[in-house]
Amino acid sequence: MAKITYIQTDGTSTIVDVKDGDSVMRGAKLNGVPGIVAECGGGASCGTCHVYVDKDNTRPLSTMHAVEDELLYCTASPRLDNSRLSCQIPVSDDVDGLVVHVPEKQI
Amino acid sequence: MAAASSSVVVVGAGHAGGQVAVSLREQGYRGSITVVGAEPVAPYQRPPLTKAYLAGKTDVEGLLMQKESYYEDNDIELVLDDPVAVIDRAARVVVLSSGRTLVFGDLVLATGATPRTLPGTLSLRTIADTDAVRARLDGPSRVVVIGAGFIGLEFAAVAREQGHDVTVVEALPRAMARAVTAFTSAHVVAEHEKTGVRVLLGTQVKAVRTGAVELADGTVLLADLVVAGIGVVPNAELAAGAGLTVGDGIVVDAHLRTDDPSIYAIGDCARFSSTRTGGRIRLESVQNATDQATCVAASIMGSAEPYTGLPWFWSEQHAVKLQIAGLVDGHDHTVVTGDPDGGRFSVFCFRGDRLLGVESVNKPADYMLARRLLSAGGTVSPAVVAAPGFDLRTYLQGGAAAA
Repeated sequence: MAKITYIQTDGTSTIVDVKDGDSVMRGAKLNGVPGIVAECGGGASCGTCHVYVDKDNTRPLSTMHAVEDELLYCTASPRLDNSRLSCQIPVSDDVDGLVVHVPEKQI
Repeated sequence: MAAASSSVVVVGAGHAGGQVAVSLREQGYRGSITVVGAEPVAPYQRPPLTKAYLAGKTDVEGLLMQKESYYEDNDIELVLDDPVAVIDRAARVVVLSSGRTLVFGDLVLATGATPRTLPGTLSLRTIADTDAVRARLDGPSRVVVIGAGFIGLEFAAVAREQGHDVTVVEALPRAMARAVTAFTSAHVVAEHEKTGVRVLLGTQVKAVRTGAVELADGTVLLADLVVAGIGVVPNAELAAGAGLTVGDGIVVDAHLRTDDPSIYAIGDCARFSSTRTGGRIRLESVQNATDQATCVAASIMGSAEPYTGLPWFWSEQHAVKLQIAGLVDGHDHTVVTGDPDGGRFSVFCFRGDRLLGVESVNKPADYMLARRLLSAGGTVSPAVVAAPGFDLRTYLQGGAAAA
């Protein structure tokens, strides 16, 4: 279990308990966090669960694979150095306290 | 803006039905919402049934569209395991199998579809169906799959990955003939064959018997399990019984309304007037269910717009992640880009000079970019795509999309 914080562009933040093994995307979907669309359901196939990982993050996150990298080039909001697909970040105790920023748009 | 009704009843608790309720609340609907389902489970995602769920990589909880408490928290009543028996339009009520009646201001029919069955075979549509199939895959099995559509092939891939002996029998001369180009069909079949799945195309089944499938040419395939993926029939009986127009689905206009302006039909069960293709079409996909649900929610809220969603589809089989943007049916010309031999390519499908759709195999970026292009009403010419070194991202960044 880890606490994940999702911050919207207007500054609203939601803190959610996410189960081990669930992704940062699924944590948002199950708890109705707005702005994470995740059309493909979590297969790194659509790029609509884009998040910006907080700049101050020091927690170890999963390695980015080629497909995620490719998809991040065609997200609706611009790709930045801290862009990730939230379906590709599995949750464990190691990422407890992670903060992600939800982009302006996903589609 | 017209005043929204005070009560919405949704018939069907699948992707479409569940999404109507969610979209109504998201759009600020304050009346009562009741979602009535035939299955005993809250709205869940069906695509993983033939993928992660079948493979044991996720459980029922992992399939659910919403957290358990969502419906109560959002004042949405879920009535499960109690299918609607009758729609009484004159009285504006639906009667459930249990005898309970529900009054509606607006009624949304999201009744889905039912697999075509063959005696002696199992189908894959619901959690219960999938559990029944999984239970038969505990030990080593000889599996015959009838039908090389998405469902049959996805199932074949998982069964093969689990080490079973798998044969797919398809009556048509190629796989997924309804949905994809011949090029992609051939590629996907070759991938199956590489893993040891036998795919018999252009092959008719004569009979399914206990422990065997007999083919039209007399060949007998021994089988411990026979799964049929031979298409679905839209569930239109309730609508027909209520005097609404049906014909391969519940017939609706471009606003997804039936003949009765306060009754809508969406998702697999709806044959709708398409603003994209002209004429009436019926689609079986998550995209169609979700987008139509959102469109109808807006109508109920008083801001009716015709449904214009761009169709998209996906499938996963072995190492193939197939994604389709647009409807490629009716294309007369294709251009393949990328690296087919390396298993990463896209097929651009044209009618004349007009781009109808793009199929991507392990090229999700092409797929997403094509969706964006097609959604915006854009196109690209076959000559441009066929030019050496063409890359959709580079092309779109060049600002040529509006041309």
